[in-house]
Amino acid sequence: MSFSAAKWRDRFPLLAAHPGLHYLDNAATGQLCEAAFDAVTHHDLTHRANVLRGTYRLAEQADAAYENARQQVATYLNAANAEEVVFTAGTTAAINLVAHAFGEGLGAGDEVMLSLAEHHSNFVPWQMLRARRGVVLRILPLAPDGRLDLARLEEHLTPRCKLVAVTHASNVTGAVTELVPIVSAAHAVGARVLVDGAQAVQHGPVDVQALGVDLYAFSGHKAFGPTGVGVLWGKAEALEQLPPFLGGGGMIGRVTPGETTFAMPPRRFEAGTPPIAQAVGLGAALDWLQAQPWADMHAHTARLAQRLLEELAVLPGLTFLGPRDLRNRLPIVSFNLDGLHPHDVCQVLDRHGVAVRGGHHCAQPLMDFFGVAGAVRASLAPYNSEADIDALLAGLKDAMRKLG
Amino acid sequence: MSDDLYQQALLDLAKAAHGAGTLPSPDGEALRDSPLCGDRVRMQVALEGGRIRAIAHDVKGCLLCRAAASLLGLHGAGLDAAGAGALRDRVAATLAGSEPPPGWPELKLFEPVRPHRNRHGCVLLPFETLLAALDSQTRA
Repeated sequence: MSFSAAKWRDRFPLLAAHPGLHYLDNAATGQLCEAAFDAVTHHDLTHRANVLRGTYRLAEQADAAYENARQQVATYLNAANAEEVVFTAGTTAAINLVAHAFGEGLGAGDEVMLSLAEHHSNFVPWQMLRARRGVVLRILPLAPDGRLDLARLEEHLTPRCKLVAVTHASNVTGAVTELVPIVSAAHAVGARVLVDGAQAVQHGPVDVQALGVDLYAFSGHKAFGPTGVGVLWGKAEALEQLPPFLGGGGMIGRVTPGETTFAMPPRRFEAGTPPIAQAVGLGAALDWLQAQPWADMHAHTARLAQRLLEELAVLPGLTFLGPRDLRNRLPIVSFNLDGLHPHDVCQVLDRHGVAVRGGHHCAQPLMDFFGVAGAVRASLAPYNSEADIDALLAGLKDAMRKLG
Repeated sequence: MSDDLYQQALLDLAKAAHGAGTLPSPDGEALRDSPLCGDRVRMQVALEGGRIRAIAHDVKGCLLCRAAASLLGLHGAGLDAAGAGALRDRVAATLAGSEPPPGWPELKLFEPVRPHRNRHGCVLLPFETLLAALDSQTRA
């Protein structure tokens, strides 16, 4: 299958309807693909019923659609089986689930290791756990280019460490984490590894078995699927050891006035009515993504990112946050223009039809590391084109004229 | 349109930075952060008879935030806590669509911000910080 960015763009209803939109905020939310849109609509028009409860045909069809989505996610992640896939409300909900369920077994002095590059979603739940359980948070520092400083891994990974929670790729710098040495070192001290995959899954299928991680979280809306749904994948034996987080319908074995027994994973972690149609949409999105020509698509986005890096570098007063090269890095480029505030720059870019994000990107510890309050971020997807880069660069020059 | 946000008069107001700096012995002081963008405003006040005699501010923020702080540096002297609270409410109302309060003609410069709800906080942050600075004096 050959790849055409223009044809790919046509598979995204919002982009097809807005040809003048230069959407470069994909690290925040990807556009909804046609496959997901159609699947959600079809499901709610033909199979809408609650799941795992009904014995009538419609409910059984809803069950089948929901469990099919679980299998589609498992296939995309190369999970050993679909029962390892827990549907959540998103990455944040998945990490909070782990922080509560895994955290339940931790006590004062136990350690959790994070990195300084984490999104707030992978900082705040652990700080809250520290307040509840007295755990110690160890923060792996960064190399000057914003990559995790793996040379200091052993220094921060002690035998007291029970969990390592790190990002698969930074939502600010695009730097991809080298997970293999982290997993190896963590397992050597008996710690589990949770990976925040929010930025990774939209850039191609992930192989959780090859990565060797224990838990992996991501969001549907960043992977061209619906909002309101996400995934916590966990090795079967890791999930089985976790107590439930939320209690309610659907996650029980038996309830008496005195006590409750709990269902096996994944249902143990899906209390209440799950985001059914959204899960079906996410499954369809991943199923469609799985069949895409990723080598060509990676080459395409890398070309665009390379051009962006080169042309930004010659703008006066521009500084990058993160690596300057494309080695082991996603097409996410964050930068500042001397004397110009990111929000002001983004507002002028909006006048050019360019949608980019400015601010701290929910990564204030990383912003502090770089010594800035915020940055402008352009994050690319395969539907982006040279025209999007042209518009961004023209808009930046206009912002420099207007605001400088 | 977005361009209207950055009228020359607003840019001039921001760059003039009326009141920027510090006071040697402030009667009240506050520091406020914007949770949305990480912007930070420090505001100091010197008081006389319960009213602001002098204002000083340090703004790490966007042009809208800097212009709002500059406006307070220009016209804030003479306000008491109640007047500052009422002014903050009138600025919020202006952003929501009401006419700017009399005596503050420069607030019209912020009318183009109205459709950009995520930027309202940029304008309001200096006013909120001024209130907190006055409140800190009350508590002292």
